[in-house]
Parts: sequence; structure tokens; C-alpha cells
Amino acid sequence: MPAKFWNGQKAIWETTSIDGLKTMEPDLVIQMYRSMLTIRLFEEKAKQLYQSGEIAGAIHLSIGQEAVAVGVCSALRLDDAVFSTHRGHGHLIAKGGHLPAMMAELMGRQTGCSHGCGGSMHMFEPQVGFMGGNGIVGGGLTLALGAAFAAQYRGLDGIAVVFFGDGAAQQGTFHEALNLAALWKLPYLAVCENNQYAATTPFAAAVPTADIAPRAAGYGIPGIVVDGNDCLAVYRAAAAAVERARAGDGPTLLECKTYRVEPHCGIIADRRPKEELERWGQPDRDPLEHLRREGGLSDSVISAVRHDVEAELETAVAFARGSPYPDPAAFLQEHANT
Amino acid sequence: MRMLQYIQAINEALHEEMARDASVFVIGEDVDQNGGVFKTTQGLVERFGARRVRGTPISESAFAGLATGAAMSGLRPVVEFMYFDFVSVAMDPLVNQMAKIAGMSGGQLQVPVTVRAQTGARTREAAQHSQSLEAWFLHTPGFKVVMPATSYDAKGLLKSAIRDNGPVLYIENRLLYHETESVPDGEWTTPLGVAEVVREGRDITVVAIGYARKLALAAAQALEGTASVEVIDPRSLAPLDLATILSSVSKTGRLVVVHDAPASCGFGAEIVRRVVAQGFDLLDAEPLVVGSAHVPMPFSPPLEDACLPSTASLTAAIHKIINR
Repeated sequence: MPAKFWNGQKAIWETTSIDGLKTMEPDLVIQMYRSMLTIRLFEEKAKQLYQSGEIAGAIHLSIGQEAVAVGVCSALRLDDAVFSTHRGHGHLIAKGGHLPAMMAELMGRQTGCSHGCGGSMHMFEPQVGFMGGNGIVGGGLTLALGAAFAAQYRGLDGIAVVFFGDGAAQQGTFHEALNLAALWKLPYLAVCENNQYAATTPFAAAVPTADIAPRAAGYGIPGIVVDGNDCLAVYRAAAAAVERARAGDGPTLLECKTYRVEPHCGIIADRRPKEELERWGQPDRDPLEHLRREGGLSDSVISAVRHDVEAELETAVAFARGSPYPDPAAFLQEHANT
Repeated sequence: MRMLQYIQAINEALHEEMARDASVFVIGEDVDQNGGVFKTTQGLVERFGARRVRGTPISESAFAGLATGAAMSGLRPVVEFMYFDFVSVAMDPLVNQMAKIAGMSGGQLQVPVTVRAQTGARTREAAQHSQSLEAWFLHTPGFKVVMPATSYDAKGLLKSAIRDNGPVLYIENRLLYHETESVPDGEWTTPLGVAEVVREGRDITVVAIGYARKLALAAAQALEGTASVEVIDPRSLAPLDLATILSSVSKTGRLVVVHDAPASCGFGAEIVRRVVAQGFDLLDAEPLVVGSAHVPMPFSPPLEDACLPSTASLTAAIHKIINR
């Protein structure tokens, strides 16, 4: 799918020095692949632990959407703020989150990245600029305005990124946030992960147009559609938007077309058409395969990365299992207030 | 000592806190346009500039969410809701985000936001501009809630709210804006969670919230010679200074709570619950709550007056309990 602009401008990255692999460090591609594989294997492990009852509650998996998280976060600095969604494990991993603390959070332990208070939907790791998942669809859109505002207020060149699904684009906060971000030229990047389903409702049943990105024209900002399963394409588009935001030129709406391979969450039946699931399950649609091919990664590199990531995950699971649950009395002491 | 209007008290607190702390900024509709609709932000944009005094589009969700995210990033926003009623279009950022972030993050992030919301009935503005919605926020873990009824507390509580490290809902009353009273020279703050015994009495305790403090003082005056009325203004509803209320009830044995919000599921019912739970044996008569009628507030003056607590209705309630 070619990237395109909606308000008559040239694609931003055509005017920047960021031009794909020619200027991209080979290490960065390996790093991206490693990050995507970490998300994939983390999610598969989480699914397994959920099914076996070691993880409680609801978990929303982002298998198949790894390229969006990694493509965008690879264009960010540690001090840039990311606001995530209910489907946010991948965003945190891509931003540099620590796997043992994430796994411990999923298991409700004191050592979790939210000390057991958040769970899958509410992971926080502000030390790496991860400002939280969000259980409310569209909730992060306005919070990210605040981090962008804080950077602008202090005269810093940090930016704020909000990930949201195609479902969230139908919330009022989408309009309010993009309008204000554009009005105040906030260093803000709105990343719509269009995975084609809002819970179980297909995109076409919720949106009268083919894309979300053209709405950017209504706010006078660039709106870009990119193949969300092509990590390098996402990276290039995000890097251009980040550069624009850092330069003080305001926000960008980046729509990444992808597909949610897993059901909405573990507790809702999946009734999507079989042909559709099969089509998106093909290797040519798999974002990891795509990057391996595009990035020319050798089998030996792939296998070394996989070996590392599997070991890291094993350590993370062992750490989580060995960690204590939080103490209810200490929790109430800290948080209860009348 | 000097004379100070309630509205000037709010304005002075904003000026002083913005001068004291560069991370404090003000955001809301019209706050940069001649001091806003009610003039509470007078002079701020001229003194501190447009960077720190941010007039917004009519987008309550956006600015409430922005304030939350800015506070998570280390700033100290003061958000203005032109009317308390308008919080209903920003309930997600207020209730699901602002109030929850500290808890959900396991205490890693603080959200030092002051939410100013202006309330008041008796102004013939009908059902969507007359509500006292404090109970919604008192029911939401994560918020502190204060309701100043004097110039002294309007200034002192706003300064405390801005310096607090969590979300504080600061509810001001437009009917009190032009009330004037004598205040001390120099700087002061009113601590959160400390009630004021406004008037001492022996026969009955009247806990009066917000504007109702005026009604309670007028009723106490009217009953002089008949009953000795103790009036307590909690000032801060969460945290609540229950000890001061219990201590008063231990002396009087009788309790009436009065507020502009409807009596059903209002904070008066909660005060009664706590007094009954912790001081049942102190009571000589059933505790009462005087609030507004459970109706969308009507416009027509005789209808609105009939639906709100008044000195007369409070006096009647006190009579009922005293003569039990």
C-alpha cells in the first residue's frame, strides 16, 4: 500500500534526509526485528499463561500489529512520552519496557511495572517515557496533549505520541484532541492503529469512509496512511512526523493499516470470516517476515535474536513467578483516603 | 486586617501561586479574555503571559485530559470549568483518568491538578446551570473536594489545593463572589481536612456546606433565645474532619446537615452515615438532611425558591429536631 498525503502536500519524508535503508544503520533493523520478535513471543507467552490461569483478568494481544509499535517507537527518544491503549504490551516493549516487570504486572505481583495495581491494561513505566495503557477507548488522546503541552511549555523538544485504534477515532476525544493539538501546534503524534475491528465490529460498520487519515485535513495538519505491517514504512513516516513535531510545526495524524490476528480479548468469541483470517495469516502479511525480507536479515542473525529473546522471556517469567503479591494493608495505607 | 471580596480572594490566590511556582498554569474557557466570564482570572494573562494562561476552545474533555497529562509530566495545572454542570462532558478525563492515574500506576505518577468549578443556584439559570455535583466526585476515589464559603477560605483553600500533589476539586459559589469580609494581612493557607466551628451552640449541630453556611448562620440568628445552634463549616469534604463534627454532636446530641445538592444520595447522607456509625450513642434525635428537591431545577423564580433550602426551611428542620 503506498503511503499518501491528504491535503495536497508532498509526503513529509520526501523532503527529509530519512530515506529508508540507505541512511539507516543495519543495527537499527536488527534492533527493530528483535523488538518485534520480543512482542510476538511475549504475547504468545502471555496467551499461554492466561489460558493456564496464571494470568487473570482480560488481556488484549497485539500479535500481527508489532510493526506499528516498533516502527513508531524506533523514531522516538527515551524522553518522548507514549500514551497507549488497552492493547498496549507491544507499545511498552517497543519503548524499552522491562520484560520481568511487565510479566510480573500481568501476574499481579508487587514487582510489576505498576506494582500490581494496573494489570494488562494499565502498565506504566515513566522511566522509559511510557505514560500508561488505558482501559478507556480514546482516553489517551487528550492525556497525550498534556505531555506535548508540558514539553512546549518548558521549551524542550520532547514530543508526545498517542496510539489509538480505529474504534477510538469515533470518540469525541479524537476531534477535541486533534483540534487543540493543531491549534496550539503541539509536538504531538496521533497514531491510529487501524486493525480493522473495534472489539467485534468491523471498520466498515463504524466508519463511512475508507480511511481515518483524511480527517487531518479538517484540522489543517498532515494525515498519512501507511502499511502498518511494513515496519520500515511506519518508521519512515513516524520519523518524518517526529521531526516535524520537534521543529515546532505541530501534530501529524498517522494511520497504520494492520490486522488484529487474535480475537479482541480472551473472553469474547471470534466470529470473523475464515478466509479473512487465513489471508492475513499468510507469511507475506506477517510484519516480522516482511522486515526480515526487506532488511535482508540472515538466518543466523534471526536465530541468534530468537535465542536471546527466548532466554529473556524465560528469565522474565521466572522473575514474575518468584515475586510476592502486594500487601493489601500497605496498599490501603498508601491509596485509601476519605 | 483588610476587606476582601470572595472573587478577589480567588484571584489573589491564583496570582500568588503563579508567581511562587513557574509550573502552575491556568487553563479553561475564556480565562484569557478580560479575566473570564466571572472575572476570576483578572490580570493573569497580562502579568504571566499567554503561555501560562491558556484560553481554550469549548472542549472540556480536551482541556481536562490535557491538564491530567501535563500534571503527569510535572506541571501543576489549574483547570477552570465555567459552570460546575459542564463537568459532565469531561467525566472520562476527570473520573477515569485524572482520579485514577496515581492508583493505577502503583503510585509512580502524581497528578497535581486543581479543578475549579463554579456552582450556585437561586440565579434563575435553570436545570443545566444550577447543580451542586460534589457527590459525584466524593464518590470517586482519587479526588479531594473542597467548598469554600468565605473569602478567607476561598484564598486559603485554593492555595492549598494548588500545592497538593493530587487532584483537588475546588468548588466555588458565584452567589458569594461579591461578598466581602475582613481578612488578615500577609499570607495564609487553609489546610485540607480541617473544619471550622463558625458559631458555638449547645442545643443542635448544623453542618453547613458551601453557600448553606449563610443559611445556617441566619437560622441560628433567627432562633436565638429559642435554641442555641452550633454551626460547622466542613470547608473540606474529602478529606472530612469528622472529629470536629462528632465532638460537636457529643455536646448537642442533635444533627442537621444542609446543602444545595439534592438530599438523596448527597454528602449530607454520608455525613449522617458516618456520625451514626461512629457516634450512634451521642444522638438524642434522628439526624436530618436539608437539601434541594429531587428535581431538574426549574426556571420560574417561585418554583426555584420552593425547590432549594432556605433559612425558613432550615429553621423549620431545626425546630422539628429540637422539639422532639
